[in-house]
Amino acid sequence: MSVAEQDMNSKKKVVRLLIERQDDPNSSPYTETFDIPWRPGMNIIAALMEIQRNPVNASGEKVRPVAWESNCLEEVCGACTMVINGKPRQACSALLDQLSQPITIKPIRTFPVIRDLVVNRSRMFDALKRVKAWIPIDGTYDLGPGPRMPEADRQWAYELAKCFTCGACVEACPNVNEKTSFIGPFAISQARLFNTHPTGAMHKKDRFEALMGEGGIHECGNSQNCVQVCPKGIPLITSIAAMNRAVDGYAFSSWLGK
Amino acid sequence: MAIATANHRDFLFRRLHTLAGVVPVGLFLLEHFFTNATATEGPTAFNNAVNTIQHIPYLHVVEFVFIFLPLIYHGVYGLYVAYTSGYNAQQYTWLRNRMFALQRITGVITFIFIIYHLWTTRFSGQEPNFNFVHNLVSNPINFWIMLIGVVAATFHFSNGLWSFMVHWGITVGPRAQRISAVVMMVFFVILAFVGIDALLAFVHTA
Repeated sequence: MSVAEQDMNSKKKVVRLLIERQDDPNSSPYTETFDIPWRPGMNIIAALMEIQRNPVNASGEKVRPVAWESNCLEEVCGACTMVINGKPRQACSALLDQLSQPITIKPIRTFPVIRDLVVNRSRMFDALKRVKAWIPIDGTYDLGPGPRMPEADRQWAYELAKCFTCGACVEACPNVNEKTSFIGPFAISQARLFNTHPTGAMHKKDRFEALMGEGGIHECGNSQNCVQVCPKGIPLITSIAAMNRAVDGYAFSSWLGK
Repeated sequence: MAIATANHRDFLFRRLHTLAGVVPVGLFLLEHFFTNATATEGPTAFNNAVNTIQHIPYLHVVEFVFIFLPLIYHGVYGLYVAYTSGYNAQQYTWLRNRMFALQRITGVITFIFIIYHLWTTRFSGQEPNFNFVHNLVSNPINFWIMLIGVVAATFHFSNGLWSFMVHWGITVGPRAQRISAVVMMVFFVILAFVGIDALLAFVHTA
């Protein structure tokens, strides 16, 4: 097909989007339909930009443009996570041609919705603070080089380091809901990552204590949705089971050591 | 240190819940099915098995400490767990998520069934022997309730053993969890068969 022909076709072809919208954090959601002109290689972000350019719904009414967040556009920042056709994923890597139509787009409601597809993911960062998902290296003097990490460990730990707090696992987990305070699968995997690092391991007891605390590892109910929806294929259930083993062991030894 | 004094109560309750479900509640289920299975050998075999149990020293203490107490804890706390869990198996139809929902559904069914079961047997005020059970399960309503109870309880126990092994860090990797899932489903089929076979033995032999 020539470029000219492709242009002709693209003028005719439209893609229908059903977007769940919400005007402000306290108002009730509603669904709005949009028909947008198709272009080759479009992703959900491009479709939303099309609505921004011409904010007219399928009934021809001029409406407020749909609000969303996005940043990196290469599936590494996590800002554009939405529930697309029933599954939480990044809008930037969701290509229109690979989705069945009409395409439904909803915000990830496990987090408080600010407006339309914009959510507040602060609770994920609070969870990372709780499990101390970092490696403390600062001292009042030069602490010198840290211990070396075995290459064999580094290789699998790198997989855990691919987590970009996108919130897909938190959205899919049935045990993250208004009745529980579960921190979510990603935070347990991050605790495992930093416990594996030789310098991070110096604070592993703090992370065990945090995982035994309110909303900790015991809230996991093994539905294993997290590993299915993780865009980076992080072995979240393996991380949870490995931390179960470590935390249970720590709980026993610290209890018997008292 | 603030974090060291963090609240570990929920962690302890949840771990005790999974532990109580296997030891002693799960072990008692196996013992109970073993005793019931003697019915397939005829009324005398079953009555002898019942007689042996009734001569366990300090029977009421043993029954209370090793059966009723852990059973009440596992059941009541389990209802709380089932209540606080979210259910999204219709949106996310993966097998493990369905099993997650089924585990909670069969748990609630088993809880209700056990109340009925204790009411019609242990606390019915009647002598537990073959004829008593035969008369009970000869009523089709009781028979079907028993059948549902057997299937729900055996599924809950088998699938619960699978997640017990994850919670206690025994099966960590995906391969280990896949194999244990298959083993536990075979275990469920065998256990359910043993239970139903005993139930049929009570109905048909007299």
